Amino acid sequence: MIKHDQVEKNVGLLFVLTLFVVLWGGLLEIVPLFFQKSTTTPVDGLKPYDAVRLAGREVYLREGCYNCHSQMIRPFRAETERYGHYSVAGEFVYDHPFQWGSKRTGPDLQRVGGRYSDEWQRAHLINPRDVVPESNMPAFAFLANTKAKNSVGADIEAKMQVMRTYANLRGIPTYSDQEIKAAKAAIGDKTEMDVLIAYLQEMGTALKNTK
Amino acid sequence: MSDFVSDFWNLYVVVIVLASILACAVLLIVQGKATFTPGKTMGHVWDETLEEYNNPMPKWWSWLFVITIVFALVYLALYPGLGNFKGLLGWTSGGQHKTEVAKMDATVKPLFDKYLAMDLKAVAADKQANEMGKRLFLTYCIQCHGADARGAKGFPNLTDNDWLYGGEPEQIKETISNGRQGMMPSHAQLGADTIKDLANFVRSLSGLPNDSVRAAKGKEAFNSVGCIGCHGPEAKGTQALGAPNLTDKTWLYGSSEATVTETVTNGRQNKMPAWKDFLGEAKVHLLSAYVLSLSQGAK
Repeated sequence: MIKHDQVEKNVGLLFVLTLFVVLWGGLLEIVPLFFQKSTTTPVDGLKPYDAVRLAGREVYLREGCYNCHSQMIRPFRAETERYGHYSVAGEFVYDHPFQWGSKRTGPDLQRVGGRYSDEWQRAHLINPRDVVPESNMPAFAFLANTKAKNSVGADIEAKMQVMRTYANLRGIPTYSDQEIKAAKAAIGDKTEMDVLIAYLQEMGTALKNTK
Repeated sequence: MSDFVSDFWNLYVVVIVLASILACAVLLIVQGKATFTPGKTMGHVWDETLEEYNNPMPKWWSWLFVITIVFALVYLALYPGLGNFKGLLGWTSGGQHKTEVAKMDATVKPLFDKYLAMDLKAVAADKQANEMGKRLFLTYCIQCHGADARGAKGFPNLTDNDWLYGGEPEQIKETISNGRQGMMPSHAQLGADTIKDLANFVRSLSGLPNDSVRAAKGKEAFNSVGCIGCHGPEAKGTQALGAPNLTDKTWLYGSSEATVTETVTNGRQNKMPAWKDFLGEAKVHLLSAYVLSLSQGAK
């Protein structure tokens, strides 16, 4: 039997035992989540991000949109009235990493797809105050200056390969070789703003208009 | 909700949870029975005289641990947590949301039903309905039409009495319910020169400064290239198509020659989203009445 002064006087042993205590909760609370159908299978109608939207998502990450916008509608009436159906785990199976966020300076964006016109998204990104005078969102007009193929889309095939690896691990539908081959052509001459808007306009639409 | 891919994970959770709780209980009992020699120290000395007694935990402290164990067992019996066991209360977060929504709906439904049965003009004149409509407007509509409902470039002002798709109560309701799709096509194929003529002609219709020679040529082009198909021979627009009246002083995108040129060259395909499925008819009805009330008094 180990006496406590043996543990206290042996840093290596103390480290191992501390680690074990910390991991114990994770083993129980985190590990089983990887083996639940509701967190690993896509909801009906959810598709992997196509090349354009995957590039748009890259813009979303790069610009740090998640710092002010969540993608997580909680199951409270006040939220579902404003945004739509609350988020479910199966909507995020293609998100690596997920963009749930933890803070809302701006509104939640989980169901923003189709909520506004493309023209609105464009006007709003160029200067948010043009359409919402009260807004404190920064302007992202510069996104229209860069072609996606030269930045976020430059290594799109490699990104899709990685996403396919993730999907295959879970055995869920993913890209075909053809789709990956056609990725560059799909992005074409679109600007970073175009691909970002494409990403936004599809967001959360698998569960759109249901409450 | 737990829907594990195999029953192993159910057992995994149940075994670890119960074993952990049991281990805590055993530890408490063993420690409670341990004997202590009063006055005996742990053998450490700090700062020359500071020593640590080897005394048992205070009883109240041990009882707190007992309470946490009891709490854990009661919680796991009532709520989902123990593997596939759903808990005696059958609680789910989705279920709680459903209850919350149902409770609120029951409260507001009589009010919604009352207004839904009323004519839009009567609802527009109702003070309480207007308050409700305003709340809805501030939640769902201001992003495009503005908090003052005066719109923005490309997004119509709702407080004037100029309507792209018609300002009759039923037309407003139709617009909100099913949305509208702008369909001004691109006319880049006409060439910059003809477009400049057209822009001058269109500006002349509203009495804005223009080059009269170009305007005259623009008038010919207006009649020959198909503008009249939507905007009509007198350029007064067609509400059924959402084609604006070009002879008034209301400009959705702006009246400068540069803007008009841009509009003709690239077209405009802005869109009003459909709200019927998302909001439901009762809320659309209240919103329609509110929008109707905004323009009353404006001529």
